[in-house]
Amino acid sequence: MSIHHIEMIINDRRHTGDVEARVSLADYLRDDAGYTGVHVGCEHGVCGACTVIVDGKAVRSCLMLAVQADGAEVTTAEGLAAADGTLHPVQQAMLEEHALQCGFCTPGVVMTLAALTGGEKKLSEKQLVAALSGHVCRCTGYQGIRRVAKRLADTDLGDDG
Amino acid sequence: MKPAPFDYVAPDTIEEACSVLAAAGGGATVLAGGQTLVPLLNLRMSQPFVIVDINRIAELKGTVRVDGCTRIGPMTRQCEVIADKALARDLPVVVEAVRHVGHHQTRNRGTIGGSIALGEPAAELPATAVALGASIHVRSIRGARIVPANEFYLGPYMTVLDADELVTSISFPDWPKGHTILFREVAQRPGDFALVGMVGALSVEVGKITRVGLAWFGMGPTPIRAKTAEQMLLGQAIGGIDALAVAERAITDTAPFDDHHASAEYRRTVGKRIFARTLREALDLREVA
Repeated sequence: MSIHHIEMIINDRRHTGDVEARVSLADYLRDDAGYTGVHVGCEHGVCGACTVIVDGKAVRSCLMLAVQADGAEVTTAEGLAAADGTLHPVQQAMLEEHALQCGFCTPGVVMTLAALTGGEKKLSEKQLVAALSGHVCRCTGYQGIRRVAKRLADTDLGDDG
Repeated sequence: MKPAPFDYVAPDTIEEACSVLAAAGGGATVLAGGQTLVPLLNLRMSQPFVIVDINRIAELKGTVRVDGCTRIGPMTRQCEVIADKALARDLPVVVEAVRHVGHHQTRNRGTIGGSIALGEPAAELPATAVALGASIHVRSIRGARIVPANEFYLGPYMTVLDADELVTSISFPDWPKGHTILFREVAQRPGDFALVGMVGALSVEVGKITRVGLAWFGMGPTPIRAKTAEQMLLGQAIGGIDALAVAERAITDTAPFDDHHASAEYRRTVGKRIFARTLREALDLREVA
Protein backbone atom coordinates (compact mmCIF):
# COMPACT_ATOMS: atom_id res chain seq x y z
CA MET A 1 0.00 0.00 0.00
CA SER A 2 1.83 3.09 -1.17
CA ILE A 3 1.21 6.67 -0.06
CA HIS A 4 1.69 9.50 -2.53
CA HIS A 5 2.09 13.21 -2.16
CA ILE A 6 -0.12 14.96 -4.70
CA GLU A 7 -0.88 18.48 -5.73
CA MET A 8 -3.73 19.68 -7.91
CA ILE A 9 -5.72 22.78 -8.69
CA ILE A 10 -9.34 22.35 -7.67
CA ASN A 11 -11.75 25.14 -8.63
CA ASP A 12 -8.81 27.54 -9.07
CA ARG A 13 -7.35 26.74 -5.63
CA ARG A 14 -4.20 24.75 -5.02
CA HIS A 15 -4.62 21.62 -2.90
CA THR A 16 -1.88 19.33 -1.65
CA GLY A 17 -2.14 16.16 0.34
CA ASP A 18 -0.95 12.62 0.95
CA VAL A 19 -3.17 9.88 -0.41
CA GLU A 20 -3.23 6.15 -0.36
CA ALA A 21 -2.85 4.81 -3.91
CA ARG A 22 -6.28 3.19 -3.92
CA VAL A 23 -8.23 6.39 -3.14
CA SER A 24 -10.38 7.48 -6.08
CA LEU A 25 -10.38 11.06 -7.28
CA ALA A 26 -14.06 11.20 -6.26
CA ASP A 27 -13.30 10.26 -2.65
CA TYR A 28 -10.32 12.62 -2.54
CA LEU A 29 -12.43 15.52 -3.78
CA ARG A 30 -15.19 14.78 -1.26
CA ASP A 31 -13.33 13.63 1.83
CA ASP A 32 -9.97 15.39 1.64
CA ALA A 33 -10.72 18.54 -0.33
CA GLY A 34 -14.30 18.96 0.91
CA TYR A 35 -16.06 19.27 -2.43
CA THR A 36 -19.15 17.24 -1.62
CA GLY A 37 -20.83 18.43 -4.81
CA VAL A 38 -19.08 15.40 -6.29
CA HIS A 39 -21.75 12.72 -5.84
CA VAL A 40 -20.72 9.11 -5.58
CA GLY A 41 -23.41 6.79 -6.89
CA CYS A 42 -22.49 3.47 -8.43
CA GLU A 43 -18.71 3.67 -8.04
CA HIS A 44 -18.13 1.72 -11.21
CA GLY A 45 -18.58 4.26 -13.94
CA VAL A 46 -22.18 3.65 -14.89
CA CYS A 47 -24.32 6.35 -13.25
CA GLY A 48 -22.33 9.50 -14.08
CA ALA A 49 -23.09 11.33 -10.80
CA CYS A 50 -19.37 11.76 -9.98
CA THR A 51 -18.50 13.42 -13.30
CA VAL A 52 -16.01 16.30 -12.93
CA ILE A 53 -13.86 18.24 -15.37
CA VAL A 54 -10.19 17.23 -15.39
CA ASP A 55 -7.92 19.31 -17.63
CA GLY A 56 -10.90 20.49 -19.65
CA LYS A 57 -12.59 17.16 -20.15
CA ALA A 58 -15.59 15.56 -18.43
CA VAL A 59 -14.48 12.34 -16.73
CA ARG A 60 -15.78 9.90 -14.15
CA SER A 61 -13.98 10.74 -10.91
CA CYS A 62 -14.77 7.28 -9.50
CA LEU A 63 -12.75 5.69 -12.31
CA MET A 64 -9.64 7.75 -11.78
CA LEU A 65 -7.23 7.41 -8.87
CA ALA A 66 -6.50 10.60 -6.97
CA VAL A 67 -2.78 9.99 -7.51
CA GLN A 68 -3.41 10.05 -11.28
CA ALA A 69 -4.75 13.59 -10.99
CA ASP A 70 -1.44 14.82 -9.56
CA GLY A 71 -0.68 18.08 -11.39
CA ALA A 72 -4.13 18.29 -12.96
CA GLU A 73 -6.66 21.07 -12.98
CA VAL A 74 -10.02 19.91 -11.66
CA THR A 75 -13.40 21.63 -11.70
CA THR A 76 -16.34 20.43 -9.63
CA ALA A 77 -19.89 21.79 -9.46
CA GLU A 78 -18.73 24.18 -6.71
CA GLY A 79 -16.38 25.83 -9.19
CA LEU A 80 -18.99 26.81 -11.76
CA ALA A 81 -20.88 29.77 -10.33
CA ALA A 82 -19.22 33.19 -10.23
CA ALA A 83 -17.88 34.56 -6.92
CA ASP A 84 -20.92 36.84 -6.59
CA GLY A 85 -23.23 33.84 -6.84
CA THR A 86 -24.24 34.34 -10.47
CA LEU A 87 -25.03 30.89 -11.80
CA HIS A 88 -23.13 29.33 -14.66
CA PRO A 89 -25.26 29.31 -17.86
CA VAL A 90 -25.69 25.54 -17.53
CA GLN A 91 -26.88 25.86 -13.93
CA GLN A 92 -29.23 28.69 -14.88
CA ALA A 93 -30.70 26.62 -17.71
CA MET A 94 -31.12 23.60 -15.39
CA LEU A 95 -33.01 25.80 -12.94
CA GLU A 96 -35.28 27.37 -15.52
CA GLU A 97 -36.10 24.12 -17.29
CA HIS A 98 -36.89 22.22 -14.07
CA ALA A 99 -34.17 19.72 -15.00
CA LEU A 100 -33.68 18.37 -11.50
CA GLN A 101 -35.68 16.95 -8.66
CA CYS A 102 -33.74 15.12 -5.94
CA GLY A 103 -30.46 16.54 -7.23
CA PHE A 104 -28.31 13.46 -6.88
CA CYS A 105 -27.40 13.13 -10.55
CA THR A 106 -27.41 16.88 -11.14
CA PRO A 107 -23.74 17.80 -10.48
CA GLY A 108 -22.61 15.14 -12.95
CA VAL A 109 -25.07 16.27 -15.62
CA VAL A 110 -24.03 19.89 -15.11
CA MET A 111 -20.32 19.10 -15.38
CA THR A 112 -20.75 17.18 -18.63
CA LEU A 113 -22.77 20.02 -20.16
CA ALA A 114 -20.36 22.64 -18.83
CA ALA A 115 -17.38 20.78 -20.32
CA LEU A 116 -19.06 20.48 -23.70
CA THR A 117 -20.48 23.98 -23.99
CA GLY A 118 -17.56 25.91 -22.53
CA GLY A 119 -15.24 25.75 -25.54
CA GLU A 120 -15.27 27.65 -28.80
CA LYS A 121 -16.80 24.86 -30.78
CA LYS A 122 -20.55 24.69 -30.42
CA LEU A 123 -22.09 21.27 -30.26
CA SER A 124 -25.41 20.25 -31.73
CA GLU A 125 -28.34 19.23 -29.58
CA LYS A 126 -27.86 15.69 -30.84
CA GLN A 127 -24.23 15.63 -29.66
CA LEU A 128 -25.17 16.98 -26.24
CA VAL A 129 -27.98 14.46 -25.82
CA ALA A 130 -25.59 11.67 -26.86
CA ALA A 131 -23.16 12.79 -24.13
CA LEU A 132 -26.03 12.83 -21.61
CA SER A 133 -26.52 9.10 -22.22
CA GLY A 134 -23.63 8.79 -19.76
CA HIS A 135 -25.90 9.93 -16.91
CA VAL A 136 -28.63 8.13 -15.05
CA CYS A 137 -31.48 10.23 -13.59
CA ARG A 138 -34.24 8.43 -11.70
CA CYS A 139 -36.51 11.42 -11.04
CA THR A 140 -37.06 13.65 -14.00
CA GLY A 141 -37.71 11.35 -16.92
CA TYR A 142 -34.95 13.34 -18.65
CA GLN A 143 -37.24 15.72 -20.52
CA GLY A 144 -36.12 18.79 -18.55
CA ILE A 145 -32.49 17.82 -19.03
CA ARG A 146 -33.10 17.42 -22.76
CA ARG A 147 -34.59 20.90 -22.90
CA VAL A 148 -31.42 22.22 -21.27
CA ALA A 149 -29.35 20.49 -23.95
CA LYS A 150 -31.55 22.06 -26.62
CA ARG A 151 -31.15 25.50 -25.10
CA LEU A 152 -27.40 25.21 -24.69
CA ALA A 153 -26.98 24.03 -28.24
CA ASP A 154 -28.96 27.02 -29.42
CA THR A 155 -27.33 29.59 -27.16
CA ASP A 156 -23.89 30.96 -27.82
CA LEU A 157 -22.11 30.73 -24.50
CA GLY A 158 -18.96 32.45 -25.67
CA ASP A 159 -16.15 32.12 -23.12
CA ASP A 160 -18.44 31.87 -20.11
CA GLY A 161 -17.91 28.16 -19.65
CA MET B 1 -17.00 -0.59 -3.18
CA LYS B 2 -13.44 0.50 -2.50
CA PRO B 3 -10.43 -1.28 -4.01
CA ALA B 4 -8.23 -3.53 -1.88
CA PRO B 5 -4.92 -1.84 -1.03
CA PHE B 6 -2.18 -1.85 -3.66
CA ASP B 7 1.13 -0.19 -4.46
CA TYR B 8 1.15 2.28 -7.32
CA VAL B 9 3.98 3.00 -9.72
CA ALA B 10 3.91 5.26 -12.75
CA PRO B 11 6.99 4.58 -14.88
CA ASP B 12 8.14 6.92 -17.67
CA THR B 13 9.43 4.32 -20.10
CA ILE B 14 8.40 0.95 -21.54
CA GLU B 15 11.59 -0.65 -20.15
CA GLU B 16 10.84 0.56 -16.66
CA ALA B 17 7.24 -0.68 -16.89
CA CYS B 18 8.43 -4.11 -18.06
CA SER B 19 10.93 -4.32 -15.17
CA VAL B 20 8.21 -3.55 -12.63
CA LEU B 21 5.87 -6.12 -14.20
CA ALA B 22 8.62 -8.75 -14.14
CA ALA B 23 9.61 -7.97 -10.55
CA ALA B 24 6.00 -8.26 -9.37
CA GLY B 25 5.95 -11.91 -10.42
CA GLY B 26 2.36 -11.93 -11.63
CA GLY B 27 0.97 -9.67 -8.89
CA ALA B 28 0.87 -6.52 -11.01
CA THR B 29 -1.80 -5.12 -13.29
CA VAL B 30 -1.33 -2.47 -15.97
CA LEU B 31 -3.53 0.61 -15.65
CA ALA B 32 -4.21 2.51 -18.88
CA GLY B 33 -7.46 4.51 -19.07
CA GLY B 34 -8.94 2.59 -16.15
CA GLN B 35 -12.49 2.62 -17.48
CA THR B 36 -12.77 -1.15 -17.29
CA LEU B 37 -10.03 -1.93 -14.78
CA VAL B 38 -11.07 0.52 -12.04
CA PRO B 39 -14.64 -0.88 -11.86
CA LEU B 40 -13.07 -4.34 -11.46
CA LEU B 41 -10.84 -2.96 -8.68
CA ASN B 42 -13.75 -1.18 -6.98
CA LEU B 43 -15.84 -4.35 -7.08
CA ARG B 44 -12.76 -6.29 -5.85
CA MET B 45 -13.08 -8.65 -8.78
CA SER B 46 -9.44 -7.78 -9.40
CA GLN B 47 -7.01 -7.41 -6.47
CA PRO B 48 -3.50 -6.79 -7.75
CA PHE B 49 -0.62 -6.02 -5.37
CA VAL B 50 0.86 -3.47 -7.73
CA ILE B 51 -0.76 -1.13 -10.23
CA VAL B 52 1.56 -0.11 -13.06
CA ASP B 53 0.14 3.13 -14.46
CA ILE B 54 1.34 3.58 -18.06
CA ASN B 55 -0.23 7.05 -18.53
CA ARG B 56 3.16 8.78 -18.39
CA ILE B 57 4.84 6.69 -21.06
CA ALA B 58 4.99 8.98 -24.10
CA GLU B 59 6.06 6.18 -26.47
CA LEU B 60 2.72 4.45 -25.95
CA LYS B 61 0.65 7.38 -27.17
CA GLY B 62 -0.46 8.36 -30.63
CA THR B 63 -0.81 6.89 -34.07
CA VAL B 64 1.89 6.34 -36.69
CA ARG B 65 1.69 5.09 -40.24
CA VAL B 66 4.44 2.70 -41.20
CA ASP B 67 4.78 0.65 -44.38
CA GLY B 68 1.51 -1.14 -44.98
CA CYS B 69 -0.09 -0.49 -41.64
CA THR B 70 -1.24 1.99 -39.03
CA ARG B 71 0.10 1.51 -35.53
CA ILE B 72 -2.00 2.80 -32.70
CA GLY B 73 -0.28 3.23 -29.36
CA PRO B 74 -2.17 1.54 -26.53
CA MET B 75 -2.33 4.78 -24.48
CA THR B 76 -4.12 6.59 -27.31
CA ARG B 77 -7.41 7.70 -25.80
CA GLN B 78 -10.69 6.80 -27.43
CA CYS B 79 -11.67 10.48 -27.73
CA GLU B 80 -8.41 11.10 -29.64
CA VAL B 81 -9.24 8.34 -32.12
CA ILE B 82 -12.66 9.86 -32.78
CA ALA B 83 -11.03 13.24 -33.50
CA ASP B 84 -8.26 11.79 -35.71
CA LYS B 85 -8.91 12.78 -39.35
CA ALA B 86 -6.17 10.54 -40.76
CA LEU B 87 -7.64 7.53 -38.99
CA ALA B 88 -11.12 8.42 -40.27
CA ARG B 89 -9.66 8.22 -43.78
CA ASP B 90 -7.46 5.13 -43.36
CA LEU B 91 -9.31 3.03 -40.79
CA PRO B 92 -12.90 4.32 -40.72
CA VAL B 93 -14.24 1.17 -39.09
CA VAL B 94 -11.94 1.65 -36.08
CA VAL B 95 -13.30 5.16 -35.60
CA GLU B 96 -16.89 3.94 -36.00
CA ALA B 97 -16.30 1.16 -33.46
CA VAL B 98 -14.77 3.58 -30.94
CA ARG B 99 -17.82 5.83 -31.18
CA HIS B 100 -19.78 2.95 -29.66
CA VAL B 101 -17.35 2.28 -26.80
CA GLY B 102 -18.86 3.46 -23.50
CA HIS B 103 -19.91 7.08 -23.10
CA HIS B 104 -18.44 10.47 -23.92
CA GLN B 105 -17.13 10.71 -20.34
CA THR B 106 -15.45 7.27 -20.38
CA ARG B 107 -14.01 7.81 -23.88
CA ASN B 108 -12.20 10.88 -22.52
CA ARG B 109 -10.07 8.53 -20.37
CA GLY B 110 -10.50 5.10 -21.95
CA THR B 111 -7.76 3.88 -24.28
CA ILE B 112 -7.43 1.67 -27.32
CA GLY B 113 -4.89 -0.60 -25.63
CA GLY B 114 -6.91 -1.03 -22.47
CA SER B 115 -9.91 -2.28 -24.38
CA ILE B 116 -7.78 -4.51 -26.62
CA ALA B 117 -5.74 -5.98 -23.75
CA LEU B 118 -8.59 -6.68 -21.32
CA GLY B 119 -10.61 -8.74 -23.79
CA GLU B 120 -14.20 -8.16 -22.70
CA PRO B 121 -16.07 -10.45 -25.14
CA ALA B 122 -18.82 -7.90 -25.83
CA ALA B 123 -16.41 -5.01 -26.45
CA GLU B 124 -16.18 -3.40 -29.87
CA LEU B 125 -12.41 -2.95 -30.25
CA PRO B 126 -11.16 -6.53 -29.79
CA ALA B 127 -13.61 -7.69 -32.47
CA THR B 128 -12.55 -4.83 -34.75
CA ALA B 129 -8.92 -5.88 -34.38
CA VAL B 130 -9.85 -9.49 -35.20
CA ALA B 131 -11.97 -8.48 -38.21
CA LEU B 132 -9.35 -6.22 -39.76
CA GLY B 133 -6.49 -8.67 -39.22
CA ALA B 134 -4.63 -6.49 -36.73
CA SER B 135 -1.65 -7.70 -34.75
CA ILE B 136 -0.79 -6.90 -31.19
CA HIS B 137 2.79 -6.02 -30.32
CA VAL B 138 3.82 -6.95 -26.80
CA ARG B 139 6.99 -6.60 -24.82
CA SER B 140 8.54 -7.91 -21.63
CA ILE B 141 12.08 -8.06 -20.23
CA ARG B 142 12.28 -11.44 -22.02
CA GLY B 143 11.82 -9.78 -25.40
CA ALA B 144 9.16 -8.65 -27.87
CA ARG B 145 6.60 -10.62 -29.82
CA ILE B 146 3.75 -9.99 -32.24
CA VAL B 147 0.46 -11.84 -31.79
CA PRO B 148 -2.29 -11.82 -34.45
CA ALA B 149 -5.48 -10.43 -32.87
CA ASN B 150 -7.23 -13.59 -34.02
CA GLU B 151 -5.01 -15.66 -31.68
CA PHE B 152 -4.90 -13.16 -28.81
CA TYR B 153 -8.17 -13.96 -27.02
CA LEU B 154 -8.70 -17.13 -24.99
CA GLY B 155 -11.88 -16.39 -23.04
CA PRO B 156 -13.69 -13.61 -21.18
CA TYR B 157 -10.96 -11.26 -19.90
CA MET B 158 -8.37 -13.93 -20.76
CA THR B 159 -5.69 -13.40 -23.37
CA VAL B 160 -2.35 -14.93 -24.35
CA LEU B 161 -0.65 -11.98 -22.64
CA ASP B 162 1.71 -13.21 -19.91
CA ALA B 163 1.68 -11.45 -16.54
CA ASP B 164 4.98 -9.68 -17.28
CA GLU B 165 4.00 -8.51 -20.78
CA LEU B 166 2.90 -5.06 -21.88
CA VAL B 167 1.02 -4.22 -25.08
CA THR B 168 3.19 -1.69 -26.92
CA SER B 169 1.14 -1.13 -30.06
CA ILE B 170 -1.78 -2.40 -32.10
CA SER B 171 -0.96 -2.64 -35.77
CA PHE B 172 -3.81 -2.49 -38.29
CA PRO B 173 -2.95 -3.48 -41.88
CA ASP B 174 -3.89 -1.05 -44.63
CA TRP B 175 -7.17 -1.70 -46.39
CA PRO B 176 -7.65 -0.61 -50.01
CA LYS B 177 -8.84 2.95 -50.56
CA GLY B 178 -12.61 3.16 -50.72
CA HIS B 179 -13.28 -0.09 -48.86
CA THR B 180 -16.69 -0.46 -47.27
CA ILE B 181 -17.10 -0.72 -43.53
CA LEU B 182 -19.63 -2.84 -41.68
CA PHE B 183 -20.67 -2.14 -38.12
CA ARG B 184 -23.80 -2.80 -36.15
CA GLU B 185 -24.55 -3.55 -32.54
CA VAL B 186 -27.62 -4.01 -30.40
CA ALA B 187 -27.35 -2.72 -26.83
CA GLN B 188 -30.01 -1.93 -24.26
CA ARG B 189 -28.89 1.69 -24.01
CA PRO B 190 -26.26 3.72 -25.87
CA GLY B 191 -22.93 3.06 -24.15
CA ASP B 192 -23.87 -0.32 -22.71
CA PHE B 193 -21.94 -3.40 -23.68
CA ALA B 194 -23.45 -4.89 -26.81
CA LEU B 195 -25.81 -7.85 -26.51
CA VAL B 196 -24.96 -8.70 -30.10
CA GLY B 197 -22.61 -7.02 -32.54
CA MET B 198 -20.73 -7.45 -35.78
CA VAL B 199 -17.95 -5.47 -37.40
CA GLY B 200 -15.78 -5.67 -40.47
CA ALA B 201 -14.73 -4.36 -43.84
CA LEU B 202 -14.84 -5.46 -47.43
CA SER B 203 -13.38 -4.21 -50.66
CA VAL B 204 -14.65 -4.73 -54.16
CA GLU B 205 -12.90 -4.67 -57.53
CA VAL B 206 -14.79 -4.92 -60.81
CA GLY B 207 -17.91 -6.09 -59.04
CA LYS B 208 -16.28 -8.85 -57.01
CA ILE B 209 -15.31 -9.00 -53.36
CA THR B 210 -11.54 -9.10 -53.27
CA ARG B 211 -10.99 -8.79 -49.55
CA VAL B 212 -13.23 -9.27 -46.56
CA GLY B 213 -12.74 -9.37 -42.79
CA LEU B 214 -15.64 -9.85 -40.39
CA ALA B 215 -16.04 -10.58 -36.68
CA TRP B 216 -18.73 -10.99 -34.05
CA PHE B 217 -18.77 -9.54 -30.54
CA GLY B 218 -21.02 -10.43 -27.63
CA MET B 219 -21.55 -13.76 -29.38
CA GLY B 220 -19.25 -16.02 -27.39
CA PRO B 221 -16.45 -16.09 -24.82
CA THR B 222 -14.14 -14.08 -27.11
CA PRO B 223 -14.51 -11.94 -30.22
CA ILE B 224 -15.14 -14.43 -33.02
CA ARG B 225 -13.87 -14.18 -36.54
CA ALA B 226 -16.74 -14.82 -38.98
CA LYS B 227 -14.68 -17.30 -40.99
CA THR B 228 -17.56 -19.07 -42.69
CA ALA B 229 -19.04 -15.82 -43.97
CA GLU B 230 -15.63 -14.62 -45.13
CA GLN B 231 -15.14 -17.81 -47.14
CA MET B 232 -18.61 -17.53 -48.68
CA LEU B 233 -18.09 -13.90 -49.68
CA LEU B 234 -14.53 -13.82 -50.96
CA GLY B 235 -14.38 -13.74 -54.76
CA GLN B 236 -18.16 -13.48 -55.12
CA ALA B 237 -19.87 -11.08 -57.50
CA ILE B 238 -21.68 -8.60 -55.25
CA GLY B 239 -24.88 -8.73 -57.32
CA GLY B 240 -25.47 -12.41 -56.62
CA ILE B 241 -25.03 -12.50 -52.85
CA ASP B 242 -27.96 -13.59 -50.70
CA ALA B 243 -27.20 -11.73 -47.47
CA LEU B 244 -29.65 -13.73 -45.36
CA ALA B 245 -28.20 -17.03 -46.57
CA VAL B 246 -24.71 -15.83 -45.63
CA ALA B 247 -25.99 -14.73 -42.22
CA GLU B 248 -27.63 -18.14 -41.62
CA ARG B 249 -24.27 -19.81 -42.18
CA ALA B 250 -22.28 -17.10 -40.40
CA ILE B 251 -24.15 -17.70 -37.17
CA THR B 252 -22.75 -21.26 -37.01
CA ASP B 253 -19.35 -19.81 -36.05
CA THR B 254 -20.75 -18.20 -32.90
CA ALA B 255 -21.18 -19.60 -29.39
CA PRO B 256 -23.57 -17.20 -27.65
CA PHE B 257 -24.52 -17.63 -24.01
CA ASP B 258 -27.53 -17.03 -21.79
CA ASP B 259 -27.24 -14.27 -19.23
CA HIS B 260 -29.67 -12.00 -17.41
CA HIS B 261 -29.70 -9.58 -20.36
CA ALA B 262 -30.55 -11.98 -23.16
CA SER B 263 -30.77 -15.67 -24.02
CA ALA B 264 -28.43 -17.41 -26.44
CA GLU B 265 -31.43 -17.97 -28.72
CA TYR B 266 -32.18 -14.23 -28.73
CA ARG B 267 -28.55 -13.47 -29.56
CA ARG B 268 -28.57 -15.95 -32.45
CA THR B 269 -31.85 -14.58 -33.84
CA VAL B 270 -30.81 -10.94 -33.59
CA GLY B 271 -27.26 -11.76 -34.71
CA LYS B 272 -28.53 -13.29 -37.92
CA ARG B 273 -30.75 -10.27 -38.58
CA ILE B 274 -28.13 -7.61 -38.00
CA PHE B 275 -25.54 -9.56 -39.96
CA ALA B 276 -27.85 -9.86 -42.98
CA ARG B 277 -28.97 -6.24 -42.78
CA THR B 278 -25.47 -4.82 -42.39
CA LEU B 279 -24.10 -6.96 -45.21
CA ARG B 280 -27.00 -6.05 -47.49
CA GLU B 281 -26.51 -2.34 -46.81
CA ALA B 282 -22.78 -2.62 -47.51
CA LEU B 283 -23.38 -4.42 -50.80
CA ASP B 284 -26.13 -2.00 -51.88
CA LEU B 285 -23.77 0.83 -51.20
CA ARG B 286 -21.21 -0.77 -53.50
CA GLU B 287 -23.73 -1.37 -56.25
CA VAL B 288 -24.87 2.23 -56.22
CA ALA B 289 -21.28 3.50 -56.30
